Amino acid sequence: MSDLWIRIPLTSNYAAAYAAKDVDVDVVAAYPITPQTPVVERIAEFIANGELDAEMIHVESEHSALSACIGASATGARVFTATSAQGLELMHEMLFIASGLRLPIVMAIAARALSAPINIWCDYSDLMATRDSSWITVIASSAQEVYDSIIQMYRVAEDPEVLLPAMVAYDGFIMSHTYEPVYVAKDRAPILEYVPKNFKNRYRLDPDNPITMGAIADPNWYYEFKYQQVVAMRKAYEVVKKADEEFGKRFGRSYGFVETYKVEDVDIALLTYGGLYGTVQEAVDILREKGVKVGAIKLRVFRPFPYNELFNAIKNLKHLVVLDRAITFGGVIEGPVALEIATLLKFKSLDTNLYNYIVGIGQRTVTESDIIGIVDHVSKLIEKNVVPMESIYWGVRE
Amino acid sequence: MSKPTLYKSIFELPREEYLSPGHGLCAGCLVGTIVRVLLKVAGPNTIVVTPTGCLEVSTTPFPYTAWKVPWIHVAFENAAAVASGVEAAVKALQRKGLVDPSKKINVVAIGGDGGTVDIGFQALSGMLERGHRVMYVLYDNEAYMNTGIQRSGATPFKAWTTTTPVGKVLKGKLQPKKPIAEIVAAHKIPYVATANPAYIIDMANKFRKGLSVDGPSFIHVIQPCTTGWRFDPRYGIKIARLATETAMWINWELENNEVFRVTVPVPKRKHVKHYIRAQGRFNHLTDQDIEEIQRFIDKEVERINKMVGKEVIGPVVE
Repeated sequence: MSDLWIRIPLTSNYAAAYAAKDVDVDVVAAYPITPQTPVVERIAEFIANGELDAEMIHVESEHSALSACIGASATGARVFTATSAQGLELMHEMLFIASGLRLPIVMAIAARALSAPINIWCDYSDLMATRDSSWITVIASSAQEVYDSIIQMYRVAEDPEVLLPAMVAYDGFIMSHTYEPVYVAKDRAPILEYVPKNFKNRYRLDPDNPITMGAIADPNWYYEFKYQQVVAMRKAYEVVKKADEEFGKRFGRSYGFVETYKVEDVDIALLTYGGLYGTVQEAVDILREKGVKVGAIKLRVFRPFPYNELFNAIKNLKHLVVLDRAITFGGVIEGPVALEIATLLKFKSLDTNLYNYIVGIGQRTVTESDIIGIVDHVSKLIEKNVVPMESIYWGVRE
Repeated sequence: MSKPTLYKSIFELPREEYLSPGHGLCAGCLVGTIVRVLLKVAGPNTIVVTPTGCLEVSTTPFPYTAWKVPWIHVAFENAAAVASGVEAAVKALQRKGLVDPSKKINVVAIGGDGGTVDIGFQALSGMLERGHRVMYVLYDNEAYMNTGIQRSGATPFKAWTTTTPVGKVLKGKLQPKKPIAEIVAAHKIPYVATANPAYIIDMANKFRKGLSVDGPSFIHVIQPCTTGWRFDPRYGIKIARLATETAMWINWELENNEVFRVTVPVPKRKHVKHYIRAQGRFNHLTDQDIEEIQRFIDKEVERINKMVGKEVIGPVVE
């Protein structure tokens, strides 16, 4: 282990940049946006210092960033980009084309609230707005997980059975700008053994074997293209799992789709995603010291949605509290992850009560005492035997 | 700029075809002519990027393709950005030995006026500024022809389109054409030219020069559109020729932001009415309107002659 790794303090942004370096990306096209900017800066430094041999395209917008990544990936290069919030929205059109052209692009997202009003701080409204874009979507909770997940996603995205782009998100500022100790590879050779470049077998723009990419598909063909993406995303479920297991076997770290914390003996658990999971775990410990038995669950993979693993994590619960960090305006429930879980509960015939709390919008601070307050609040609802259908907006001034 | 050998006659053009017949372009559409010649000049070691537009939809109805070179379409506004990515990938893959570094691979973007002058302008400017070795060819039919003849920034003054209709109050486009080649030239790239498919050797040589420079090049080609300009399909080349004979379209080139030359001198000019009256989109123009356009062209000719330093475009001789 120690032969492979060096432990250094990194922000999640820098961890993302290190991962891109260690998978030996060929082309990077990115546009700076707060709070993602240090990713771009660090990659520029790697290239300037000769630590990474890649072409960096200093594009004039995020739309062009993903467009250039599409062009480079279609030519057979291993590509990387990163963005946040408005940048991800400007890319929105290209997200669907990247997946529709079946290009294994990997992107880091420092999750940030969407305008208006402009807010440069964290929530997950940018990421959740990409839900139907056919990108494999991972939400990391630590800088180490950011580094490891980006490496894993190249293996998943480039798998010939998958060929879909992947994004790895983490909290803007809360993770993107805070340092944690991270194991990074001393040498990229073992990483490249895990994610070998599959250049020769890729469909690509090659003058020796000319192909047409991005043809027009009329109503007689378009549906089949889209169905193939459905199949690819279903296959990705297994490939994500295997990639994580193989990573664990080689490097001693793996994450699964879902992580649980002290749920074995509880009736009630709190589910969330991203950096907030650490706060929830802390709150669980504090509550347990006070004799309140609660557990915590983390959703790591949002697409493909891990219904089996999640079912196993929640099947014995009486009450599940979902802490959502984005709003789906006008939804039956307004938390995007809660909405997915409600579907899961229904189709798996679970009678677990679902409570949806919206927290941390525009990075409104969420501390352990907020989580304790939410548990107290939900306990009172349970006492009264009330399961509100509406999402509860924790801490909002109405 | 390394001097490429230039073609002297049409018989010197390669006989190989890289754009197959059987595509769905309109009968008489000159995009086919332009791209056919372009691919002959560029040859098989070429990757083509095409934004959304007539050329794209007409040549690639799945599961068919007219392209014998690798080709990609991504969206409407980003051909220059996609081409930047293709070029960067070729560079990186050649440096890393994954693609044969001794093989010169041309990267060519071919876009219409909408995808270049309007919605794709930001991506184009970015690509030019960053200096990618990409040749961008604009086929300019002076409106959004793919969606059915709507005004673009490249539509000329007073021309009818479906969004600049001839009504009781307003008659045609109110503004002049955006001078895109000059805007591109302001980026000080190695090679900018305007071309006309009626002058096929001149056009082919401009493609050849554009592909020879170490950096971006831009070739702005006039493309008379039988459907949108309202003329009989057989007259495309004739109208293209009239454009240059009247100086409505001047074939020039700018090398290294230094050497400016008019490559098709016109010692005796025809009156613009010959070009305008041949097209239905100008049917509503009065003689007075045409004289207004003539005065505008006279001024433009004067400006070009001044830039060259001698009279390359002569006076109107009827």
